Parts: sequence; structure tokens; C-alpha cells
Amino acid sequence: MTASGIGAPVRRKEDQRFITGKGRYVDDFNRPGQAHAYFLRSPHAHATIRSIDAAAARAMPGVLGVFTGEDLAADKVGNLICGWMIHSKDGSPMKAGPHPALAQGKVRYVGDHVAVVVAESLAKARDAAEAITVEYDLLPAVVETAKAQGAATAVHEVAPDNVVFNWHLGDKGAVDSAFARAKHVTTLDLVNNRLVPNPIEPRAAIGEYDEAEEQFTLYTTSQNPHVARLVLSAFIGIAPENKLRVVAPDVGGGFGSKIFIYAEETVCVWAAKKVGRPVKWTSDRTEAFLADAHGRDHVTHAEMALDENGRILGLRVHTVANLGAYLSTFASSVPTYLYAPLLSGQYNIPAIYCEVDGVYTNTAPVDAYRGAGRPEATFVIERLVEVAARQTGQDPARFRRRNYIKSFPHQTPVIMNYDVGDYGASLDKALEAADYKHFPKRRRESARRGKLRGIGFSSYIEACGIAPSQAVGALGAGVGLWESAEVRVNPTGSIEVLTGSHSHGQGHETTFAQLVADRLGVPIESVNIVHGDTDKVQFGMGTYGSRSGAVGMSAIAKALDKVIAKGRKVAAYALEAGEGDIEFKDGRFSVAGTDRSLAFGEVALQAYIAHKFTGAELEPGLKEGAFYDPTNFTFPAGMHICELEVDPDTGHVTIERFTAVDDFGTIINPMIVEGQVHGGIAQGVGQALFEGAVYDAEGQLVTASFMDYRMPRAADLPSFEVGMTVTPCPSNPLGIKGCGEAGAIAAPAAVMNALTDALGHENIAMPATPLAVWRAAQRARQPQPIAAE
Amino acid sequence: MYAFDYHRPATLKEALSLVAKQEDAKIVAGGHTLIPTMKQRLAAPGHLIDLGRIPDLVGIERTPRAVTIGAMTTHGAVAESADVKEAIPALSELAALIGDPAVRHRGTIGGSVANNDPSADYPAACLALGATIITSKRRIPAEEYFRGLFETALEDGEIVTGVSFPIPHKAAYEKFRNPASRYALVGVFVAKRPSDIRVAVTGAGSNGVFRWAEAEEALAKRFSAKSLDGLKAPADDLIGDLHADAEYRAHLIGVMARRAVQAATER
Repeated sequence: MTASGIGAPVRRKEDQRFITGKGRYVDDFNRPGQAHAYFLRSPHAHATIRSIDAAAARAMPGVLGVFTGEDLAADKVGNLICGWMIHSKDGSPMKAGPHPALAQGKVRYVGDHVAVVVAESLAKARDAAEAITVEYDLLPAVVETAKAQGAATAVHEVAPDNVVFNWHLGDKGAVDSAFARAKHVTTLDLVNNRLVPNPIEPRAAIGEYDEAEEQFTLYTTSQNPHVARLVLSAFIGIAPENKLRVVAPDVGGGFGSKIFIYAEETVCVWAAKKVGRPVKWTSDRTEAFLADAHGRDHVTHAEMALDENGRILGLRVHTVANLGAYLSTFASSVPTYLYAPLLSGQYNIPAIYCEVDGVYTNTAPVDAYRGAGRPEATFVIERLVEVAARQTGQDPARFRRRNYIKSFPHQTPVIMNYDVGDYGASLDKALEAADYKHFPKRRRESARRGKLRGIGFSSYIEACGIAPSQAVGALGAGVGLWESAEVRVNPTGSIEVLTGSHSHGQGHETTFAQLVADRLGVPIESVNIVHGDTDKVQFGMGTYGSRSGAVGMSAIAKALDKVIAKGRKVAAYALEAGEGDIEFKDGRFSVAGTDRSLAFGEVALQAYIAHKFTGAELEPGLKEGAFYDPTNFTFPAGMHICELEVDPDTGHVTIERFTAVDDFGTIINPMIVEGQVHGGIAQGVGQALFEGAVYDAEGQLVTASFMDYRMPRAADLPSFEVGMTVTPCPSNPLGIKGCGEAGAIAAPAAVMNALTDALGHENIAMPATPLAVWRAAQRARQPQPIAAE
Repeated sequence: MYAFDYHRPATLKEALSLVAKQEDAKIVAGGHTLIPTMKQRLAAPGHLIDLGRIPDLVGIERTPRAVTIGAMTTHGAVAESADVKEAIPALSELAALIGDPAVRHRGTIGGSVANNDPSADYPAACLALGATIITSKRRIPAEEYFRGLFETALEDGEIVTGVSFPIPHKAAYEKFRNPASRYALVGVFVAKRPSDIRVAVTGAGSNGVFRWAEAEEALAKRFSAKSLDGLKAPADDLIGDLHADAEYRAHLIGVMARRAVQAATER
């Protein structure tokens, strides 16, 4: 390990500009002649639009245009799409209702887009929007996840029973027979609460049209600008790909919510040509609450069958997944292929069967949010395992260990082939770090102070680095999930790396540069990472699903191999030696067994001046590209342990200790990895104890601001104990597994297992607010049989 | 935000004449309630009269029997004041529990009592300590000042200029925060005054801040947390919302009251 190579805790190169306010986010861009867009949104969850009268608004000062769904239709602007086809059990394709960027005839959730006003200023646009008269015929709202199926009202005509798909995975017969032989069955009804992503930077877009070049440009807050361009071009029909540039500059957090192609950016880029001016929109926080794609929202009935020795025989899961009012870009994949294939957890489970009903409701669309399906799966399996251990009188750590998968590769009954792992090692290390041995003493000490202390485990596994393109194609994905990279070596030896990955908080500018520094033996300062602009980077699939290390960096590694191979050829000519005799080590090309050598930068110069070889012998220049398509998912896994204390008088919960031992494979920058773990845990604790989007019976979002939506705060969290175990991933050249989502995946189950341990309950719903915890503590004080809520 | 005219008077007199002249004028102190409301277009005053540059309205004065705080004194200044810390430490602690540092360095005591948010902290201190609200026209006892949700005894054109708090023997404030907004879900201010004992509750009442008579009676017999054991605050007329139903609030009133008495007795 060098000071800045693989494994070094290098300080983030990008932080200087971020923490001194020099970052450049979409809202920091202002284009010449820029106008401002304001979206008139539906105040109703479900209504037919009888009429929209915008005449008064159009006549107001400074108004450049007022547009509705009719205008989009007249211009043949396509609907927003869902890019993953799911088939129901009976083989029928999912029922995707139309998703226009501006409502056509109906509004389907509070915050749905009714019209857009483009004006000289935001204030003028907003004033004009208030002058638009919309006549609505109200329809009953379908709100509750569990009651959507077969509700009297249909959200979309194509799905009269509100069911988008009835999907399943696994062998039902094998599971039925496992349950028939079971000695013990553990059953739980679980709700995975709906979350609002809330990145610190709200979404924003600037659309621009250059009439001379017939060229559109879209600046947008995107985790995957090339996918945005592809969708806007091929499906929505804004412009051919060669006439549309998409720029995603610094992006202030995404957590999945900026993967998707939204109405607002579509309208801005389209309206730019309509009004002949650049059109800017920046979401305010209320709009973010109402109209960013939400996360999670599952209602699940789960059963686990055990034999007489406490071994898991089978798992049966039925989930209703709320997809909201429209299918967002990847909505259908999250509660299906990103969920059920992870239900085996870290356990050897011979038979698993999972059914998922995806339903429409009159709520904001639901799509991937940090972890995307895997937190939901982990919550199901880890809550079941914990309760099963308690019900059968076994120590939860020992119960897990008994059921862990111990030999690899391991084929689960639900698609996944786990390549490598050592779950026992993570458990051992975590138990030690959490001082599990002395927990009973700490519990007694809490009890003396009138407090209830609990401990909870979460043995999570996730599938990252998604994924082999052929595999996801077979499962219904509309795209491949490889990544691209291009390494441009300048004549002076400095380097630009163009990557299709996108950094919005992950620190790619540092970790990717570390890889280059490590491989080429050059200083990290001479490496620039270029991303987020379709005019610079040819193509890429973007950043989500903890894939940028495993897939994005693998592409870079592959391109670097080509650079070194070419450098070897150049060096052979320059050093007048045979190519086979050239060695590359520590940044120098040398002739084996001699003291003749050239530094990497000298070889770069030789490649560009091209004095030592002819064009017939070798192409000048030093620039190589690569596409990397993974051969398998990667399987980060680990053990998280939460210890908490409940004040039964108030319901206040204090997290006393949180231990995370993760196996992310090879680690490039341990400091950045720890930061990712910390942030993930904070979000996971947030889901367990604080966060929850609540709609009322009419479909109004009750938690539409931070006054009612409770975000985790630094003071809510202890200093985390973070440890690592390493089994390098065998399926990619760097051994990386991915770390971005682990905390958010593992933490909710760890917290809820600890809380139910403290309270002596089997089940408490998330978020376990003080009110909910106090109620549970009241019941715990009264001797009565423990029952699931 | 809609367009409005902004005024920044240098004296109270000037402020009063501006208020008298403009029909749709609003007075702004720290602006932590009014400005967000205007930004959401839920309030649209034609004139905004900013009291922020009137020096006479800022400051803390201590006499042997009372601490008087100018209306434009920020929560941060109250929290940090050596005089307040010494004379009424509970009041200093209350101010330190309001919002976050940014809020405390803009928000003012005058703004808080003029707005009378049912979840604000200061009204509990005013009522429990038997404060006097000083206005441009008169002196109003706290008992008569707080009239309900966002309702006060203030008349049109009347401006709060300060609040005078009699110094108690002992006092303490205990607050259980709304987990999201961090306003008081329940806040209880207990004061042992020379003449009586008062228990004021904020955050919980459907009509804003109120005194809990049963607790006061029990504590009058013996000023001890034990005196409140088994005493339940009445759940009728309490706020019920997403974060706490009336029953939970009633329970928390008891818990916070006991903790406040405990804290006061330990002083």
C-alpha cells in the first residue's frame, strides 16, 4: 500500500470545494436569458380534470408560456417510462398506466403535475400559476397499501383492481412440504414504512435549446445522466441522442431518488424550445416531499419453518408493495428482483417462496431508495430469525450461526449464487466489539435506573454491483448494467479518467484516482476523474446499487490494463528492446535485467511525439477505453448489533452502542468506506425509529415538511463501532463488493430486534416513535401474553 | 412570498405610528414564524414593520425582585445572560432549549409571547412565574394575557416591549420535544414562588398554555416530586396529533412535572 494507493485512507479530493461552498450544483448554473418554471400541482389525491383555464395566467406580466398535458400531447412528447418489465404469475405483463409528464385528464396524487408556467422570474411564474383555474371532479382516493387491491376505485383503467402485477419467485410445492414437516413455525406481520428520501440538495433542472445547432442541453440532478438522455431521447422523444446533451454536475445526495427520469426535467427541456429561452426549475422542500419518488412501503406476512434442531426448513413470504400513483423508472424491479432473491439472507434455507402484489395507490410514486428491496428483504428475514430464536429459547447469535451458509459457492433457492463469504467471522468480530458477553450486566444496570435495555442483531446480505447484463435482461431489465471507462493519458503524463459512474457524495474523485495512482504509479494529484456529462463521457450506466466500485472501477482497471499494455509497446521502441522484455512496476517501464528504464510520464511523451516508431508499427497516443460487464452480482454481508435503552416513562429510545462488522471485499479507501457505513446506519436508524411518510384518508401527505417528518440527527446516534472482515470478491478484478447501502440495509432490523428485546414484545411497527414505544412499554409493564400487533 | 413594503423604524414611537397608519401591516421581530408563513404564501401583509433596529427593545435588566427582558432580546441572549442564569436559571435553560442555535440567535421573547404558539416554551415560563407582559400601552399579567391558540390580549396596534419575570425561590422547566419539529410536545414549568406554587403546561393544551391546578394543590402541601405520584393530568382539551395523542400527552405532563419538581428541589 502506498500513501495514496489502494487501501490508503486518503482525504477526499472533492471536499475542499464542497466544504468551502465552491461546489457547482444545478441551481448554481444560470444560463443567459434564463426563464423560470413553476409547476402547478394537484391539491387532490384523485380527480378528473374537467377544465383548465389559463387565459388570465398567460396574460400576466412576465409570463412566457403556460403549458398543460394537451400541449405535450400535441407535440407528441412521450410518457415517462418504467424500464423493467415484470410478468405476473399467469405470464401476463405488468399493467402500466400512462404516466404523462403533465396530467392528461386526471390527477392521481397530491403533487401531481397539472400545468407549468414559464416566466421571467419564479415569483411571476408562481403568481401566474395562482391565476390558473382548474375544475376538478373529485374521485375517492386509494391510499392504504393493504387495502388498495380490489378497492372500489381504480387508480388506472388498465389495472381495475389496482394490481400492477402478482409476481412470485421460488418453489411453492417445496415450501409447502417444508412447512408440513416443521416442528415450529414463526409468523410475523411486518410493515416496511414509507420513506421520503430528502437528499440535502433538492432536484433541479435547466433545459436549453440552441436553435442554430438544433441542440438541446439539460442540466439535471441525476445519478445517471446517460440513462436520462437515453430515456428522454428514445422513449420520450425530446430529441435524438446526438442532439441532446445531459449534464449532471455536482449532485448533493441522491439515495436513489435521482436515478429516475422525472416530469419536471422532461418539461424544462421541452419548454426551452417552446419559449426559446433556457428554462430553470429548482424544487423547494415541499415539492421534494410531495413529488420525489418515495421508498419502501411494503406490507408483509412472513412465515418461517424450523425443524426440531432449530434449523430453518423453509420460508414463505407474501408482500404487498405500494408503487404509488405511477410506475417510476425502476419501480417494478425494487419489490421483485431486488427483494425476493435476498430473502435467503446469510442462511442455508432449502425452500423459499415469495409472492409480491405490486399495487397502485393515489400516493407519490415509490421507487429505489438506499438499499432498494434489500433492506425490505433483510428486515423480513432478520426479524423472523430473531423471533424464531426467542420463541424456541435459543440465543439469537447461536441460532444464526447454526443456520449460516458455510460453504461457497452457494446456490440459494431464489436465483442468487453467493460466491464467497465468512459469516461466522463477522459474527465473532461483532460479538467481541459489542461486548455481548457483558450485555446482561449492562441490562441489570439499566433496570436499576428504571430503564429497559435491549440488544438486537442483523446478519444482512445484499446483492450489489448490479449486474451481469445478460442476467438482468432475462429478468426484464430494459438496459444492460455494465460500466464504461476511458483513460486519457496526456503527453506530460497527467491523466483524465472518464467514467460512466456518477459521484453524488460517494467520493469517486478520490477512490477512482487512488486506483489509477496505484496501478500506474503516478501521484494522485495528477489524476482527474471526469463524470456527469454526456458530451465528455461516451456512455455509462450511472451510480446506484453500490455498483460504482465493483463495476465502475473494474471498467477503469480494465482500461488501465490496456494503457499499460500500450505503454509497454511504446517503451519497447523507446528503450530499443523487445516488448516481451519490458516490465512495468512502480510507475516505471524497464528492460528486464538491465538498468534501462523510463518513467510512466516519459513513456506517455514518447507515445505522443512518436519519434521512435512508425505509424505502420504503432498508433501514436495513449488513450484506452473499456466496457466492463460483471459476471455475477457481488455479495457484501456483515453483522450489525444495536444496543439501546428505553425510558418507559416517556418512550424515548437512546441508542447506546451500534456495532457494524462488514465484509465489503477489497477496500480502496477505508475512511470513505466507514463514512458510507456511518451514513447508511444513520438512515437505517432513521427508518426504524424516526422516519415515516403518512398520508391521511384523503391522500393528503401529513408529513410534508420537517415539522412532521422526523429526520435522524447527529445527536440521536452514538459513535459507531465499525470493523471489517475481508473475503475478496472473486468475480471482479479488484475484489470489491460495494459498501454504499449496507448500513441502511442492516440497521432497521438490528434496531427493531433490540427494541423488541428491550420491551419483551415480538413486534412493534416502524417508525417506533416515542408514542409507539411508550404504548408498547405500558403493555410490557402489565403481565399478559405477548402478541404480535 | 408576495410583494410588500418593508419598514425599519428606529424608535418605538415611529413603529407605533407606522402600525397605526397601515391597515395591513404586520410587525416582525425575529421573523421565525412570520417569514416562513409568508414564503409559503399563507400570510400576505402589505407592510412589514421590523422592530430589529430599535435599541430600547433589547436588553436584560435585573432588580432584586425581577428580571425584565426587552421584547427584541434573542433566546440566545437570554440563555447566555449571567443575570438570568443567577436569578432564574430555569428561564435561562428554557431559552437554551428553544430550536437550534440559528433560531436562538434570531428568535425573540417578544415575538414568542406575541405569537403565542401553543407549542412555544416562553408562555409556560410566563404563566408559572407570574410574569407581566409589558406593551406600548400597558402592563398585562400573564394570567390575563394568553387567551388561546395564537390568541393574546394584545389589541390592534399594541406592541409588546418586554416581559418582567418575578424571581422565584425555585423553578425548573422540563420539555419533551416533538421528535420532528423539536417544539414542545409537552413542556412543564414549575415555579415555587414566595406566595404560591405554579405549574404551567405548554405544547399540550388545545387552547394553548395552561396551569395544572391539581398539581399545584398537591405541591402546595409538599414541594416534592412524590406529591405528584398517581396524579394524572386531565386528557380532555389536550392536543392529539400524529406525534402524540391526548392520552400520551396527559401522561407526559405528569412525567415532565415530576421531573421538573425534582430538578427544582435539587437546585
